[in-house]
Amino acid sequence: MSIPFDYETMRLIWWTLMGVLLIGFALTDGFDLGSASLLPFVGRTDAERRMVINAIGPTWEGNQVWFILGGGAIFAAWPYVYAVSFSGFYLAMFLVLSALILRPVGFKYRSKKPDPAWRSRWDWALFVGGFVPALVFGVAVGNVLQGVPFRLDSDMRSFYEGTLLGLFSPFALLGGLVSVAMLVLHGAGWLTLKLEDGPVRDRAQRYGQIAALVAFVLYALGGVWLAMGDIGYRVIGVAEAAGPSNPRMTETAHAAGAWLANYGAHPWMILAPLLGLAGPLVALIGIRGRKDALVFGGSSMANLGIIASVGLSMFPFILPSSIDARSSLLVWNASSSHTTLFIMLLVTVILLPIVLVYTAWAYKVMFGRITTRDVNLNPDFY
Amino acid sequence: MIDMAVVELSRLQFALTALYHFLFVPLTLGLSFIIVITESVYVITDRPIWRDVTRFWGKLFGINFVLGVATGLTMEFEFGTNWAYYSHYVGDIFGAPLAIEGLMAFFLEATFVGLMFFGWDRLSKRGHLLTTIMVAVGSNLSALWILIANGWMQHPTGAVFNPETMRMEVSNFKDVLFNPVAQAKFVHTVSAGYVCASVFVLGVSCYYLLRGRHMELAKRSFTVAAAFGLASSLSVVVLGDESGYALTDNQQMKLAAMEGMWETEQAPAGLTLFGIPSNSAHETAYEIKVPYVLGLIATRSLSGEVAGIVPLVERADYRIRQGVIAYDAVEKLKVNRNDLVAREAWERHKSDLGYALLLKRFVADPRQADDATIAKAAWSTVPNVPALFFMFRIMAGLGFFFILFFATAFAFSVRRRFDRKWFLRTAVLAMPLPWLAIEIGWLVAELGRQPWAVDGVQPTFLGASSLTTTQIWATIFGFTALYGVMAVIEVKLMLSTIRHGPEVYEGSDGEPTPERARATTFTAIPAE
Repeated sequence: MSIPFDYETMRLIWWTLMGVLLIGFALTDGFDLGSASLLPFVGRTDAERRMVINAIGPTWEGNQVWFILGGGAIFAAWPYVYAVSFSGFYLAMFLVLSALILRPVGFKYRSKKPDPAWRSRWDWALFVGGFVPALVFGVAVGNVLQGVPFRLDSDMRSFYEGTLLGLFSPFALLGGLVSVAMLVLHGAGWLTLKLEDGPVRDRAQRYGQIAALVAFVLYALGGVWLAMGDIGYRVIGVAEAAGPSNPRMTETAHAAGAWLANYGAHPWMILAPLLGLAGPLVALIGIRGRKDALVFGGSSMANLGIIASVGLSMFPFILPSSIDARSSLLVWNASSSHTTLFIMLLVTVILLPIVLVYTAWAYKVMFGRITTRDVNLNPDFY
Repeated sequence: MIDMAVVELSRLQFALTALYHFLFVPLTLGLSFIIVITESVYVITDRPIWRDVTRFWGKLFGINFVLGVATGLTMEFEFGTNWAYYSHYVGDIFGAPLAIEGLMAFFLEATFVGLMFFGWDRLSKRGHLLTTIMVAVGSNLSALWILIANGWMQHPTGAVFNPETMRMEVSNFKDVLFNPVAQAKFVHTVSAGYVCASVFVLGVSCYYLLRGRHMELAKRSFTVAAAFGLASSLSVVVLGDESGYALTDNQQMKLAAMEGMWETEQAPAGLTLFGIPSNSAHETAYEIKVPYVLGLIATRSLSGEVAGIVPLVERADYRIRQGVIAYDAVEKLKVNRNDLVAREAWERHKSDLGYALLLKRFVADPRQADDATIAKAAWSTVPNVPALFFMFRIMAGLGFFFILFFATAFAFSVRRRFDRKWFLRTAVLAMPLPWLAIEIGWLVAELGRQPWAVDGVQPTFLGASSLTTTQIWATIFGFTALYGVMAVIEVKLMLSTIRHGPEVYEGSDGEPTPERARATTFTAIPAE
């Protein structure tokens, strides 16, 4: 088979697609995680909580597939990343998975019994299912930025030398809090669009304002930390962009401040962090000025900008090793083969537009605000 | 050296989570199509009873579906968490079907399942039927892709090892896609799911018939399940044979082990009905054989030989020795990519590299292995023969039982005889059987693959992540506790939904009102 793009281009495309999938996950399932984190606080009675649950009930399951697909696509396109990160972050992954497992069950089973104790337990399960992943994803990103203590031997077997508690460094916790604030804001943005005017929506917006401020301040602080702190990696010599996927053929080194070097070399990249800073402010203006579309638009901008800025800052790094100069995973040394990348691109180009069309249709069918009347009368509601 | 405790615990966890996941998936696969059938009848006939039937099974479908999704999350990431070296080694091939599964199947079923439950008053009748069909197609497509992935582990075609990246890479994606083992496995597995759902629907219907409750729903569901179940149970057995046929080229050892056949027999080989095989004595005692049958089934000819375990071990011994040459070449290429002598040796022996890796269980460097170690490694290619022998017979026996069972049900439904108590009771008692057959089927397929993670390519013990036993024990306890609690809740909700019976929406005929339906929940009405 002749492949119309060279290996370097294919790797760039798949690096971009990985970003698209992660951002797609944050933009869609992100508001489900955020809404679930808000659930016990914005809804005080069962009817109020049911408004929140039914605002995400019909569509959250499709949104979650972005996460599953993210896992599958990283496996297919970046097998080193899949193998090293998930086995390295072993117990953290377990935490995320068991929290996420609570969601499908929580949404479905909560409504099966009217018993208040039963329902309250599921509400807290749903809270855990939203809050814990939001936190751990951010902590994981913080760790990736700091470098992960793993090494590859000559067979490419990965050995992780960190501990579970080691994951919670101050910088990683900052990452976790940015992630929680960003997703809570996004949840508030969704509830703003989806709920009728009333106490639940008002409370969601109040929490949204706090989240917007926290996201803005902590994200900015993260940027300052990258500039002043002892964080960053760089490639030594030249990494062959079309070379074999063998991380031991490239050498990398710890270099303070290196994560900001790309913005000097490629000034257009500064758009991403600007978007990340502007997004929470736009959402805040939307809440204060009662412009619903601005709230959700702003929270989406925040997600897009913050996630894109992490990827762009680190380029071409995907997973730097903090303990071994010849193990870091780069765009140029950690991908699948040229053939697999091309086949997967074909599949994605054909299938992703179809997915987007029917997803849009599903949202259209479920269009409209959730009202107290619906919650009381519609037998299909959770 | 490899820590075998880590490997065994990783296998235990994978088996537990996969077997648990597979309690819910088969019912999803089959029930989704049964709902498509009943809803189609509703759209065509416009009789509200069929809508009630659809919504009732839909409710049970929903309770089951969410646990399939929840436990599927674990599976998607477990290769990375617990089988990191496997993921690195074959991710270039194995990752693709998993990603395509997400794009093609999971999005479809997950997006439409929301509309299926929330869309009753927002979609036209046809529009709603379309969403139900999409859920069924989506869940069945996901089975297709995961079995393409699994089929490749059983019969790895279309891939070669690349010494520069130390992993397998795709050489021909079409071979991966149209792998005959994958196709046979797909049809066999989804048919088993249809059987499972048919037994479930039939069992619940018979429970209602015995109690004299919800008769309209029960008779209709009985009829649908009997027909669907008969077709599916025939398909499972016929296409189960098809996957045995495919084995003769690819996984001869699995077939020999399932049959407890130690020596190659004169063709056509006989089929062993019963015996007591022993892994240590290398023989099967007390055999009862039907002459010729195995040879006929497995090779579709009178002259085709079915290889026995002992000759297959001898072949493994030879391939290990060839593999050591390949292993040596790879080690030299690691030091110098341009070593021409090593490159040439590699090209000649590369197909046996996986066999040399079997030695790593006994020596750190396969090149240091002596004859005794090689013999030990060759014998390690024999899976657990007694386990496979007996489990295969239980599974196949159940398969034939289902054909008989559904043929009887079908005959009764054609003659509209819904009052044969002995059959109704049998149908209720038979409800756990498809799950038993399916879980055993998974064990036969995957234990039969041992010691390989990927047949002839990577031994299972090399695939595990570099974890500690403490870490794995922690997650085994965690998953067991979480899954255990969810299983209890799920079964309770299923039972209470069944006891409660169908909701009746306005405009129904032939069924009691919701109040009466609810009242009957707690008062047993004597059977007719």
